Amino acid sequence: MNALEIHDLHKTYANGHQALRGIDLEVEQGEFFALLGPNGAGKSTCIGIVSSLVRKTSGEVRIFGDAIDRDPIAAKSHLGVVPQEFNFNIFEPVEEIIANQGGYQGVPPRQVRQRTEQLLRELDLWDKRRVQARELSGGMKRRLMIARALIHRPRLLILDEPTAGVDIELRRSMWDYMRRINEQGTTIILTTHYLEEAEQMCRRVAIIDHGRIVTNDRMKHLLRQLDCETFVLNAREPLGQLPPRIGPFALRRIDEHTLEADLPKPHSLNELMHALDGLGIAVDSLRNKSNRLEELFLRLTGKPLETEQNA
Amino acid sequence: MSRYRRYWIAYATITRREILRFARIWVQTIVPPVITVALYFLIFGNLIGGRIGRMDGLPYVDFIMPGLIMMAIITNSYANVVSSFYGAKFAHHIEEMLVSPIPNLVILLGYMSGGIARGMAVGLAVTLTSMLFTEVRAEHALLVLLVALLTSTLFALAGLINGIFAKSFDDVSIIPTFVLTPLIYLGGIFYSIDLLPDFWQTLSLANPILYMINSFRYGFLGVSDIDIGPALAVIVGFILLLFAIAMTLLNRGTGIRT
Repeated sequence: MNALEIHDLHKTYANGHQALRGIDLEVEQGEFFALLGPNGAGKSTCIGIVSSLVRKTSGEVRIFGDAIDRDPIAAKSHLGVVPQEFNFNIFEPVEEIIANQGGYQGVPPRQVRQRTEQLLRELDLWDKRRVQARELSGGMKRRLMIARALIHRPRLLILDEPTAGVDIELRRSMWDYMRRINEQGTTIILTTHYLEEAEQMCRRVAIIDHGRIVTNDRMKHLLRQLDCETFVLNAREPLGQLPPRIGPFALRRIDEHTLEADLPKPHSLNELMHALDGLGIAVDSLRNKSNRLEELFLRLTGKPLETEQNA
Repeated sequence: MSRYRRYWIAYATITRREILRFARIWVQTIVPPVITVALYFLIFGNLIGGRIGRMDGLPYVDFIMPGLIMMAIITNSYANVVSSFYGAKFAHHIEEMLVSPIPNLVILLGYMSGGIARGMAVGLAVTLTSMLFTEVRAEHALLVLLVALLTSTLFALAGLINGIFAKSFDDVSIIPTFVLTPLIYLGGIFYSIDLLPDFWQTLSLANPILYMINSFRYGFLGVSDIDIGPALAVIVGFILLLFAIAMTLLNRGTGIRT
C-alpha cells in the first residue's frame, strides 16, 4: 500500500493564484522521499492540503488508503507533521505541548507520559521538560516539534524544512534520528533547502515547479542524468593566461588563484588533474561549484533552487 | 481503541488545556471581575443605592446583585473563548488540532467547555464577593445554576464565532465593546424595564441578555420582569442557533483553513 497517493490535485486560492495545477504523486510505504521546489512552487500548498490545513480545489489525496475528504479522521491519524514555522504555544511547558498533542491524537494519558519521556530523552530535551517553549533555543524548538509530531507514532511523517536554522552538528544528529525512525518503518516526506541532505537521505525525489511535478524518480536515476559537473579549483601559484579548453574540459579564470573547470561525463577528476598538471597548474584544493541536485534542478526548471544563503 | 474513546481523550485534553490557560493567569482572569463587582456594590449598592430606594420592591443592592454576577459570567465566558481561539490562530498553534484526527464538534465542545468553566469560576468568585455586600441567598438554587450554565454556554459559543472571524486583536475587542457591553447594560442589570416607556420596554424584549438577567434574578430573588419559561426557551434557542453557526463555520474552515 502507498503511504501517500495524490491524483490530479489542484488548488486555486481566493485571489485567483493557481498554486497547484494537477499534481500526481505516489509515495511508497517505508520510503524516505524528498519533495523539492523553489519558493512559491507549490510544495507548501501540497503539504498543507495533505495535512488538512489547506482546502483543495479538486483532486484526491489518500494517506494509507484513507481519503482526506471522505474519512479525514482516519487519514489524519496516520500523519505527523513537522512544519517549517514554529507553531506551538510558546507559553506552555515543553512536556505539556507534547502531552497535549498526544491528547489531540487520542493517545491514552499513561502512554502519553511514557512516550513523552522517551521522546524527550531521545531528542535530548528531557532536562527542559518543564521549561516554557519560548525559552528554548532554535534547535531545541525544532526538536520539540519533532517530538510532538511523533507522540502518536505516525506511519507517515512530513518534515517541512526541519533543519532550517539548525547548526551542522545538531543537524547531523537530527538526521541520524530520522534515519533510525525511517528504518523502523515510518515513511518520511522531506522538503529541505539543504540539497545534500535530500541527496544523502532520500531514495526518491520529486521536483515541483509552478504547481506541477516536473520529475519524480529515484535519486540515483536522476543524478545519473547529470552529464557535467563544475569544480572550483584553487591554484598554488598565480594563474597566467588560460586556454578556454583543454581536451574535453572547459576552463574559466575567476581570479589570480582561482579557476573553474567543467567535468563532462564520463571523464574523471583524475583526468582533469592530469590535464591541469600538463599546463603547469598545481591545485591546492577544490570544491564542487554547486550541489549535484541543485544542478539537476537548474537543468529541469531553468532556474536555481533558492538555498538558505540566497533565498 | 474505539474512535469515541479517542474523541473523549481529545475533548478532555482541549478542555483541560483551556482551564489551565485561565487558571494559570488567575490574576488577570479571576481577580479583575471580582474587584469590578466589588466596586459596583460599593458605589451603586451601598453609596448611591440608599438614595435610589427600592426596585421591584427590593433593596437596590439586592436588585442589582444577580445582574452583576450575570455580567461577569457573560463577559468572562465570551472573553475566554475569543482570546484563546484567536490567540491560537495568531500563533498558529491551532494547527496542532487541525492536523490531528479530531472532529470539529470535539474542538467546538472543548473550547465551549473552557468558556463555561471560566464563566462559572468567575461567577462563583463574584457570588462569594457579593455576599459581603448583601444577604441575598438563592431562592431557587438549581435555576440559578441552570441559568449560569446556559448563559456561559451561549456566550462561549458567541466568543468562538468571534474568534473564528477575527483577523486582528482589534476584532477581538470590537464585539465586546460595541455590542456586548451595551446589551448587558441595557439588559436590566441596574433597572427594571417596567421603568421604561412602552417603546423602549418593547425594544428591550429583543435583547437576549434581558432574559438571562431576569431568569437569574428570579432564581436569586423570586422576582422577574418576564416569565421564566419563555426566557429559558429564548436562551436555549440562541444556544442552538449559535451552535449551528459555529459548527458550520468550523466545517467550512472559515478563518482557519485557507
